[in-house]
Amino acid sequence: MTTSGEKPPPASDSRLATGARVEGIVKRFGPVQALGGVTLDFPAGQVTALMGENGAGKSTLLKILTGDHQPTEGRVLLDGRPLTLNSPIDAHKAGIRIIPQEPEIIPHVSVAENVYAGTLPRRAGRRLDRAELARRIRADLARLGFEKVLDPDLLGSQLTPAQRQLVEILRALTGEAKVIAFDEPTSSLSEHEAEALFALIGRLRAEGIAVIYVSHRMKEIFQLADRVAVLRDGGVADVVDAASTDEGEVVRLMVGRDLTSLFVRQDVARDEVVLDVREVTTDDVTNVSLTVRAGEVVALAGLVGAGRSELAQALAGDVPIRSGEVRLNGTPLRLRSPKEAIRAGIGLAPEERKAQALFLHRSIRDNASLVSLERLRRWRLVKVGAERALAQDYSDRLRVRAPGIEHEVRKLSGGNQQKVVLARWLARKPAVLILDEPTRGVDVGAKAEIYHIIADLAKQGVALLVISSELPEVLGLADRVVVMQNGRVTGELGRAEASEEAILNLAMADDLTDVVTARTDHDRASGGTR
Amino acid sequence: MTQQTLTSPPAAPVKDTARPSRARGVLSAIGGQNLSLIGALAVVLTLFGSLNSNYLSWNNIQVIAEAVTITGLLAVVQTVVIICGGLDISVGSQAGLASVVSAMAFTSAGSSALLGIAAAVGVGILVGILNGLVIVYGRVNATIATLAGLAAYKGVAQLVSGGAAQGYVLNDSVFIFLSRGKIAGLPVMVWILVLVAIGVHILLKYTDIGRNIYAIGGNDTAARLAGININKYLIAVYAVIGIVAALAGVLLTARTGSGQPTSGSEGLELKAITAAALGGCVLKGGKGTVGGTLLAVALLGALENGLTVQGINAFWQNVAQGALLVIAVVIQQRRNGERAVGLPD
Repeated sequence: MTTSGEKPPPASDSRLATGARVEGIVKRFGPVQALGGVTLDFPAGQVTALMGENGAGKSTLLKILTGDHQPTEGRVLLDGRPLTLNSPIDAHKAGIRIIPQEPEIIPHVSVAENVYAGTLPRRAGRRLDRAELARRIRADLARLGFEKVLDPDLLGSQLTPAQRQLVEILRALTGEAKVIAFDEPTSSLSEHEAEALFALIGRLRAEGIAVIYVSHRMKEIFQLADRVAVLRDGGVADVVDAASTDEGEVVRLMVGRDLTSLFVRQDVARDEVVLDVREVTTDDVTNVSLTVRAGEVVALAGLVGAGRSELAQALAGDVPIRSGEVRLNGTPLRLRSPKEAIRAGIGLAPEERKAQALFLHRSIRDNASLVSLERLRRWRLVKVGAERALAQDYSDRLRVRAPGIEHEVRKLSGGNQQKVVLARWLARKPAVLILDEPTRGVDVGAKAEIYHIIADLAKQGVALLVISSELPEVLGLADRVVVMQNGRVTGELGRAEASEEAILNLAMADDLTDVVTARTDHDRASGGTR
Repeated sequence: MTQQTLTSPPAAPVKDTARPSRARGVLSAIGGQNLSLIGALAVVLTLFGSLNSNYLSWNNIQVIAEAVTITGLLAVVQTVVIICGGLDISVGSQAGLASVVSAMAFTSAGSSALLGIAAAVGVGILVGILNGLVIVYGRVNATIATLAGLAAYKGVAQLVSGGAAQGYVLNDSVFIFLSRGKIAGLPVMVWILVLVAIGVHILLKYTDIGRNIYAIGGNDTAARLAGININKYLIAVYAVIGIVAALAGVLLTARTGSGQPTSGSEGLELKAITAAALGGCVLKGGKGTVGGTLLAVALLGALENGLTVQGINAFWQNVAQGALLVIAVVIQQRRNGERAVGLPD
């Protein structure tokens, strides 16, 4: 059961024959040891939460379970029998499935074909058996209770993030699944979409499937999990019974110390309005008005697809504003390109840092200095010394953990990558900084640091607009919460009135089908060049 | 620089993601591309040098250098466009068109070499801008757009020249200087390549323009959100290619004595792209250096000359060149750890 083992095994029965077990798993990549002897059980009919900071070894362990990586030492057992997992195909045959963080969807084929890709029913001469395909998908949708939320004839490109996830789940359930691992499934889901997912996971558990659930969100963990397995530095920190532990203990296990408070409460907002958005309409948002004062943190809350990211893109000059006005310190702005927005003093750290912000094969220095280059050049020649000093300075202040500023960004953890994105904007010293999901996919320790960075920026008088789908984060950070729904602002809550309930009431669409079929942040964000 | 102050965040668990040995591995891999080129060049030089004592003579080395100048110019600008994530396979046709234009303008302007050269460069800029506009505003894939250019510009060159060599320029001192002149013992043509290469190297490595070019090829969405005007950059890059291709065309005219619509320029795009890929440019953009490309140009030139000196059939030289291109990319992909599944990136 547990190992590295100081503690006695927790509640669940260690002799359980059914379910998956990893035994003494060691994984080295060259000289780097990612896992140092991990033994864990994932019993059938239970939800085991797998937690740990980024870099603790969660993904490596999942990849070993799914045959993507082969362990250096140790073995994987299913129902007591050792498995040979040389490829993902072996794992699939054995009944082990993973729902990846970013669903892989084929854009130009239907939901049904996406689900059964590779095992499409066919008639003689390899012709696709459409009738059988339709019958099969309807049966599966009905079995899982998804008939109302997922139209099997939709194309992959028309799906919302939640629907994309459903497609992955349907895929995982084809054939006989015994173990299903969810890798941060809710990171692109809104709260009520997540609820639907939890209900489904409950059903899977009842069917006797061993569920592995990876997430950084404590609330979900305690809502869902029977057991919590915490990894730290490639070993098992502990396995605890979800009922007999609390958030504080799990965090302590993850980071090896107490995080007394993740959030910094302060009141530094000044009177002067820096960002004044007046009845802005774009293709995706309608009549949005809001203000952000100097030193104020305003959170934009709402469901995925509410138009928050689209508003951010419009303010950053990336999508055209059809009508309305944006003022910065009282001066109306023309925002026809990101360049104009940046020059005016608006910075945007976008939602998907890898796809939209980072140059993964370039150094921390290159990434951090990019928008400041026009201040670092003489005769178009970049002043190398000044550039290095700038990058070093911000990388130190934000505590980017790397061997040096010439280190390639792709080798950093998610949290450190996000800090590099922040460093880029801090170095530019914008008057307004828009942060779109600044802590997505970031571990607890780095989250706390990012919250401190946000608090510090506020103290310096920067006007901050933070988009977040995590309500505790919204409540912990914001001086004021602006809630959006279907492209409109539906309400504004001061710190005193803001609560999860109040926000959700304003954020929930009256008609749920609207949300499911709405074009979303996600689709547009990953849309690439314009 | 005045700085904002930022108080320290709470002490966090210091879990160093630093993996110095790995970092060193990557650093040496970057140099590794160039090192293996130098190694290959040394092997080629030693091999042919031992087979024929004249091969390593100063004379023959100059012959090699002159022979690669035109390819070298095109390879250097090809490097720039590949770093942006684009490609230009019309460079050979552009050079042919420029060659014809330079000779015809020279003749009709009453033997004015400068007018001939200016006309060629002017046409080069226009053609380059046209490529850029088609790609950016026509939303045509760069490979397809310049494939069309490859055919069309060759056609234009043949049309204006009637398909025959045009004019005779080697009665003019400027063209004679370009083709046979020497400065400090090195042929003028080689100097031109050296100057262009240094210019492009500085542009890429030491200016914000260069940074932005790498950024566009590395992640165009991120580049756009960082305020880079991608359209402007792409059109400018294609215009620069037009200028340098025109320069190559002028040198072609000077070497052969007359404007050549196709002879001498056909197939140059293949050589230029081969050299860039061999030199470490990643075809999906964001990576590549002028130094690597030049080393590859030298390697290809030394190989071609050696094979010729040994009297090996020119057809085999084509085979060797094709094989080298594939080998170079295979090695590159291996190094990137690309998994062998489906179509490569």
